[in-house]
Amino acid sequence: MAKTESGWSRRDFVRVSVAVGGGLLVAVGCAPAGKGTEAAAAGGGNGKFEPNAFLRIDGNGNVTVIAKHLEMGEGSYTGLATLVAEELDADWAKVRVEGAGADAKKYANLLFGMQGTGGSSAIANSWEQHRKAGAAARAVLMTAAAKQFGVAESELTTEPGVVVHAKSNRRAEYGTLVAAAAKLPAPENPQLKDPKDFRYIGKEKGAPRTDAKEKSTGTARYTQDVKLPGMLTAVVAHPPLFGATVKSFDATKAKAVPGVKDVVQVPNGVAVLGEHFWAAKKGRDALTIEWDTSKANTKGSADVAADLRALATKAGVEVRKEGDADKTLAGAAKTVEAMYEFPYLSHASMEPLNCVVQLNKDGAELWYGCQFQTFDQMAVAAVFGMKPEQVKINMLYAGGSFGRRANGQSDYVVEAAAIAKAIQGKAPVKLVWTREDDTAAGYFRPAFMHHIKGGLDKNGAPVAWVHRIAGQSVMMGTPMAPKDGKDASSFEGAADQPYVGGNVYVDFHTPAIGIPVQWWRSVGNTHTAFAVEMFVDELAHAAGKDPVEFRRGLLGKQPRWLGVLNLAAEKSGWGSKLPAGRARGVAVHKSFGSYVAEVVEVSLEGAKPRVHRVVCAVDCGIVVNPDVVRAQMEGGIAYGLGAALYGKIDIEKGKVVSTNFDKYRVLRHREMPVVEVYTVPSTEKPTGVGEPGTPPIGPAVANALLALTGKPVRKLPLVS
Amino acid sequence: MATINVNGQPKDVNADPTMPLLWVLRDVLGMTGTKFGCGMAQCGACTVHIDGVATRSCVTPLSAVGDKKVTTIEGLSPDGMHAVQQAWVELQVPQCGYCQSGQIMSAVALLEAKPAPTDADIDTAMNGNICRCGTYQRIRAAIHRAAEMKKG
Repeated sequence: MAKTESGWSRRDFVRVSVAVGGGLLVAVGCAPAGKGTEAAAAGGGNGKFEPNAFLRIDGNGNVTVIAKHLEMGEGSYTGLATLVAEELDADWAKVRVEGAGADAKKYANLLFGMQGTGGSSAIANSWEQHRKAGAAARAVLMTAAAKQFGVAESELTTEPGVVVHAKSNRRAEYGTLVAAAAKLPAPENPQLKDPKDFRYIGKEKGAPRTDAKEKSTGTARYTQDVKLPGMLTAVVAHPPLFGATVKSFDATKAKAVPGVKDVVQVPNGVAVLGEHFWAAKKGRDALTIEWDTSKANTKGSADVAADLRALATKAGVEVRKEGDADKTLAGAAKTVEAMYEFPYLSHASMEPLNCVVQLNKDGAELWYGCQFQTFDQMAVAAVFGMKPEQVKINMLYAGGSFGRRANGQSDYVVEAAAIAKAIQGKAPVKLVWTREDDTAAGYFRPAFMHHIKGGLDKNGAPVAWVHRIAGQSVMMGTPMAPKDGKDASSFEGAADQPYVGGNVYVDFHTPAIGIPVQWWRSVGNTHTAFAVEMFVDELAHAAGKDPVEFRRGLLGKQPRWLGVLNLAAEKSGWGSKLPAGRARGVAVHKSFGSYVAEVVEVSLEGAKPRVHRVVCAVDCGIVVNPDVVRAQMEGGIAYGLGAALYGKIDIEKGKVVSTNFDKYRVLRHREMPVVEVYTVPSTEKPTGVGEPGTPPIGPAVANALLALTGKPVRKLPLVS
Repeated sequence: MATINVNGQPKDVNADPTMPLLWVLRDVLGMTGTKFGCGMAQCGACTVHIDGVATRSCVTPLSAVGDKKVTTIEGLSPDGMHAVQQAWVELQVPQCGYCQSGQIMSAVALLEAKPAPTDADIDTAMNGNICRCGTYQRIRAAIHRAAEMKKG
């Protein structure tokens, strides 16, 4: 498959641009890191060296990397800083990271053409840009040192944080060179290192997380921790049903609660503003609201499942057709048919959604874990009737997101802005959602149904695959909605399954249902990988073949798929004897350009699966931070395992009933398996790791259960 | 007006006696290391010590604190380098980090009670602390590491 400049395959590129680019995608490739002359002018006067938008160095040699991506746990701050530090030849102990402001011209995600974090693309899109930023700064420091030493630049080398002239045994620390360097133009296309010279990229303990200490001492600053002078905390009473609106309300009792300062109506409910959270919350409890539910959704999750089940047996919109799958199926020696049901899921980040807004005379300023600056800026500007550039966004750490903070409607951000507008900016506002608010507000991973029919020939080789998918689109109704209505994220990872070709038919349905949905860690792959990988195991089972051998036979021309499969099989001891009552399961998936295989060992404790061990093999191209890659695989596995075991949002007559961790079960300590992560060595450009660890875990567990019990899993979650 | 003892300091608090200790710490005293996650003792993000016992501050009303000693993440050590915190950094535990104050407070209480905990002890003591980033495996390893460090 042809590679683009960014190292992403054409398919990924198109998918990402459709997924989040819409008509706005402007460029893929490496944008100039900054104009040297402008940088010199901007940085020259304050004793700091700012060669481009991504870093500055002060007189003490402290390097500040400006991160354009949100740090929500995935390690993007550390990864971006690693790229800059590598080429700058920085001393890692002197590197710190701060979040960039909202400025799509400087800080666009090069895969999106606008500023935002998602699609496991932080390192993939920054790989060349950030190394060039570091290299440009190093080149200028070398020039400054050459002048100072009166020697040719070619005689100079660098050690971390120091320019060295070996011949004369002279050294100049970066900090001592910044004043001179700030007056020099930075090159636009500096020479990059030969990978054999890397100090940090790919090195164990080379570049530990920049945020580990502050996150171990309670000093890391999240939205929840922002306190501005005079700030009020807002808690909002949201409608009980999606689509309901406020008919009338009585705030008399709420206003009588000590500490409550104001009560205002906003588009999606009634906001109570208090001098602190507790006052606002008690005020909300005291509100009397009459809701207009005439246009509200009254469907429950069981109703949706029934609708999807019916749809998944009818012809939908075709997305792949090769040969004559139906005819081949009719003539197959053996056929397998399965309907797989997937529930709504909540992101359930540890930090419930929140946002701080200050409305000023000439603009607005926001502080929060902003994941999609460009959309949020536009949405907030629309609320206030401003230009987007009048909306200043301070990006703080996010206590998780898993996709939720990148909302197509900027829902919680717009709500905070609407409250600030309703009180005419008389005080800064911190909107705080409770756990229940966060879960009940929706934007769930949509419920999905996959109906698959497969045929085997007399030798047990698959010859046909008919796949029908039904579920809400996460793109429709957002600024990223595809014009032709074909939301590729509904079938990514299914339409392009690598196992069966020749006679394949895939179609899909996108029903409109009044329950808000959104991408969730790994987007469509959350259900497509599940369906495909469980079905492949069902085919292997029907063919009487070993699941790993069966896959190997089908992945012969897919070296990277095969690479992770073989590595996981080898490291897990696939085929070796296990204690009685324990079985292995395997799944492989490609998402966001990365390939991941997982082998699990599972037993049953009563009716409940117990996952003992997970062996994960990942091919994400060049590994930038080995420990961050491991951490993301561990985390992706835990996230996906919790969902596979328990994840399910129950909605009854339109009302979300799973609203806190007592009813929306997630993975807990005791259920965490031992996870081993192995990487496939690669010279390909880096691809994502935030999401790709998640898709294989659920089907791997389901496949182990098939091996253990002989019964296929057809409905999620596994524990009902 | 109530006076509570937080990290060895008496603090005057003028607040509703039903206000949970979590919000007293965060919104009244400005100590934001202790986090809000669920508000109903389900997730452990708000864990503090009350007389040395790991306690969910989100469901502990101010009126229940009395003259008991409250310890928060800010009071674990003067320089943020309690053995558990050192182990957390060494093993690169945090991802988003939001739950980690609560995890660390639960881990410290466990090690005070059981200086050499088994995996099963850790599972039991830590099961009430949710981490959505899935750092559980590292937390377990870091607790063992801290136990070693404390042993010297």
